[in-house]
Amino acid sequence: MEEERIASGGGRMKAPGAPSARQTAVRGSAPEPPTAVGPGEPAAPAARTASGAPAPAGAAVHAEPEPSAEPAATAPAVAAVIETRGLTKRYRGGQLAVDGLDLTVPRGSVFGFLGPNGSGKTTTIRMLMGLIEPSSGTAHVLGEPMPRAGRRVLPRVGALIEGPALYGFLSGRDNLVRYDAADPTADPRTRAARVAAALDRVGLAAAAGKKARAYSLGMKQRLGLAAALLQPRELLVLDEPTNGLDPQGMREIRTLVRELAADGTTVFLSSHLLDEIEQVCTHAAVMAQGRLLTQGTVGELASSARGRLAVTTPDPTDAARVLKEHGVTDLVVLETGVTGELPHTALSGPADPAGPLDLADLNAALVRADVRVRSFGIERASLEDAFVALTGEGFDVAG
Amino acid sequence: MSRAEVADGRGARTAPSALWQLSLFRSEVTTVLRRWRTLALLGVLAAVPVLVGIAVKMETGDGGPSGGDGHGPAFISQISNNGLFLVFASLAATLPFFLPMAVGVVAGDAVAGEAGSGTLRYLLVAPAGRTRLLLAKYASTLVFCLTATLVVAVSALTVGLLLFPVGDVTLISGTQISFGEGLLRAVAIAGVVAASLVGVAAVGLFVSTLTNSGIAAMATTVGLLITAQILDQFPQLHAVQPYLFPHYWLSFADLLREPVYWEPLQRNLGLQALYAAVFGSAAWARFTTKDITV
Repeated sequence: MEEERIASGGGRMKAPGAPSARQTAVRGSAPEPPTAVGPGEPAAPAARTASGAPAPAGAAVHAEPEPSAEPAATAPAVAAVIETRGLTKRYRGGQLAVDGLDLTVPRGSVFGFLGPNGSGKTTTIRMLMGLIEPSSGTAHVLGEPMPRAGRRVLPRVGALIEGPALYGFLSGRDNLVRYDAADPTADPRTRAARVAAALDRVGLAAAAGKKARAYSLGMKQRLGLAAALLQPRELLVLDEPTNGLDPQGMREIRTLVRELAADGTTVFLSSHLLDEIEQVCTHAAVMAQGRLLTQGTVGELASSARGRLAVTTPDPTDAARVLKEHGVTDLVVLETGVTGELPHTALSGPADPAGPLDLADLNAALVRADVRVRSFGIERASLEDAFVALTGEGFDVAG
Repeated sequence: MSRAEVADGRGARTAPSALWQLSLFRSEVTTVLRRWRTLALLGVLAAVPVLVGIAVKMETGDGGPSGGDGHGPAFISQISNNGLFLVFASLAATLPFFLPMAVGVVAGDAVAGEAGSGTLRYLLVAPAGRTRLLLAKYASTLVFCLTATLVVAVSALTVGLLLFPVGDVTLISGTQISFGEGLLRAVAIAGVVAASLVGVAAVGLFVSTLTNSGIAAMATTVGLLITAQILDQFPQLHAVQPYLFPHYWLSFADLLREPVYWEPLQRNLGLQALYAAVFGSAAWARFTTKDITV
C-alpha cells in the first residue's frame, strides 16, 4: 500500500491525480515516458492496453480525460518484442500448463509477469526461450518465431530462468567464460573483457576467483544476472531476479533494471514481489491457471482496484459519523482511525470541482465537527490489490 | 553496481563461424577434465599399472621363475622379462571394466548431469544449439576415452621402465621385434583400446539424454556394461554375442602378432562405429526434441 497523506489542517490535500513526490522519484527513472501514469493513481484514464485489447472492466470505469494521459495508447504501435498467439502447452499426462496465451510485450517496456505459483509463468518463459516446444500456438521473440529461430534470436536475449545454475567446481569467472563459450556469436577475443565487465556490473568483481559453490544465494543470483549481461541484449528475461537477495541487493537489481531499460533494453520480469513490479515495471500481465487474466500498463492494472479514504484520528467514532453523513461507505472504525470507501465522484478531486464531494470539504467538515484529524488521505490502491482482486485472496498453488 | 559497459561486443555478433564448434568443444573438454570426479577416475586408472607392476616385482623379486605359471591376465608372465609388457597387461586388465566404467561415468553425466544441475538450460539459451552441444559432448567424451587410455598406458610404461628390464619384444607369434617397434605397437594398441570405448560412450550419451539425473545415467550405463559383459560369457548366447559392444575388445592383442591378424580388429572397430551411429542418432533424436523442464 502506498499511502499519501497530509497532516491535519495542513491546507490543501494533494489531488489524487497529481503525481506525488514519491511517484516522481519512482517513475522519474523509468525508461518509458508513455506510462507517466503512476502506479497507484485511481484516476488513470486507461481504456485500452498497449496491445489494443480491452482493459479489464474495472480499469475503464472511472476513466477521466486528462492531458497527461497515456501516450502509449495513442502512440503509433511499436513492434512487440514478445508476441504469442494462442500459445498452449499440454504436458504428457494431459495437464494444461498454459492455455491459449496471447501476450504482447512492447519494445522498450519493463514488463512485469505476475501470477501465483503454478500458474504457468515459467512454462511460458521456457517456451519463449525455446526450451519447451509449444503444443499449439505461436511465439515470436524479437520478431522471429521460436523455437525455430533460436540461433538468431537467443544471442540477443539474456535470460535468468528459475534461479541461477552454476558449476560449483568452477570459479565465478570461469562459469561466465563457459556460458559465453556456448554462444556461437560471442567473440572469443573479447571474452575476458566482457566477463570482467559483467562481473563488475553485478558487483562480483572481488569474488570472481572464488569457487561458485562457496557463493551465497545472493551471489549466485548476481552471477546468473552477469551471465545474462555478457553481451549487449535487446531483451532480458528475468525470472525472479531478486530471489535470495538482501534489501540492498534488491535495490541494486532495481537500479540495474532501470539502467538497462534506459539504454533501450526491454526487460521481461517475473516476480512474486508485487511491490517490486510496481516500482520498476511500466507494463504488467497477470496469469492464473495457465490463462492470461489481464495485461496492460501498471497504472491501468492498479487503477482497476480503487483506493480507500483513511483518516487517522483519536476520535474515530465521531469521524465515522461525519464521514457517513457525507456519503462515505464501507466504514471500518479502528482504534486509531477510520477507513472507508469514497463515493465515486470524490475520486476525481479538484479535477472535478463541481462534484458534490471534494476531499478538502470532507476534511473541513471533520474539523468543523471537532474531530481531531492527525492525517487524512487516500490509501492508494496498489498492484497487490489489483492482483488479489484478479487471482483471489488465497495465494494457493494451482493444482 | 558499476555502470561499466558490458560490451565492445556489438561487432562480435558477426563472429566467424569457424569458431562455432571449437569454442564450446574446448570449454567442454576443460570442464570435464577439471571435475574432481574425472581426476579421481584418472587417478584410479593410473594406479592400476602401479599395483600390477609392484605385485609382479614382489613375486619375482626373489629370482624365481618369471611371473607365475601362465594364469591371471594376459601378458602378466612376460612383464618381468620386458617392462613394455606391463603396458599390454595393464590395458588388458583395465579394458573389461575400469576403462569403460570411467567412460560410462563421463558419458552418462554429459547431458543428464547438466540437466540435473540446471546448467543445461543456460547452455541452451546461450544458445549452444542442441545439435552443437550434443556433438561437443560426444567429442569431449571421446577425448576422455583417449585420455583415460593414455593415462593407463603412460603410467604402465613409466612403471615398467622403472621396475623391469626392457629390450627386444617377443610377440605372441614368437617373432622378435626391436624395442622401438614394440613401442610403436604399444601406441597402436592404445589407439585401438581408446577406439574400443567409442560404443560405450555412445550408449552412455544416449542414456544421458533420457534422464535428468546424472547419477541415474551413470549407473544405467555401467549396469549396461556389466550386463553386456555377462551376456558375453554364456556360450548359449553365441548368436547375439557378435553384436555386444565388448565382444571383440580383447582383439587388440592381435596387434602383437606377426603378421598382424586384422579381421577381429576390423570387426571391433566396425561394431564400435555401428554403436556410435545407432546410439548417436538415438541421442540426437531424443535430445533435439526433448522439453527441458529443469
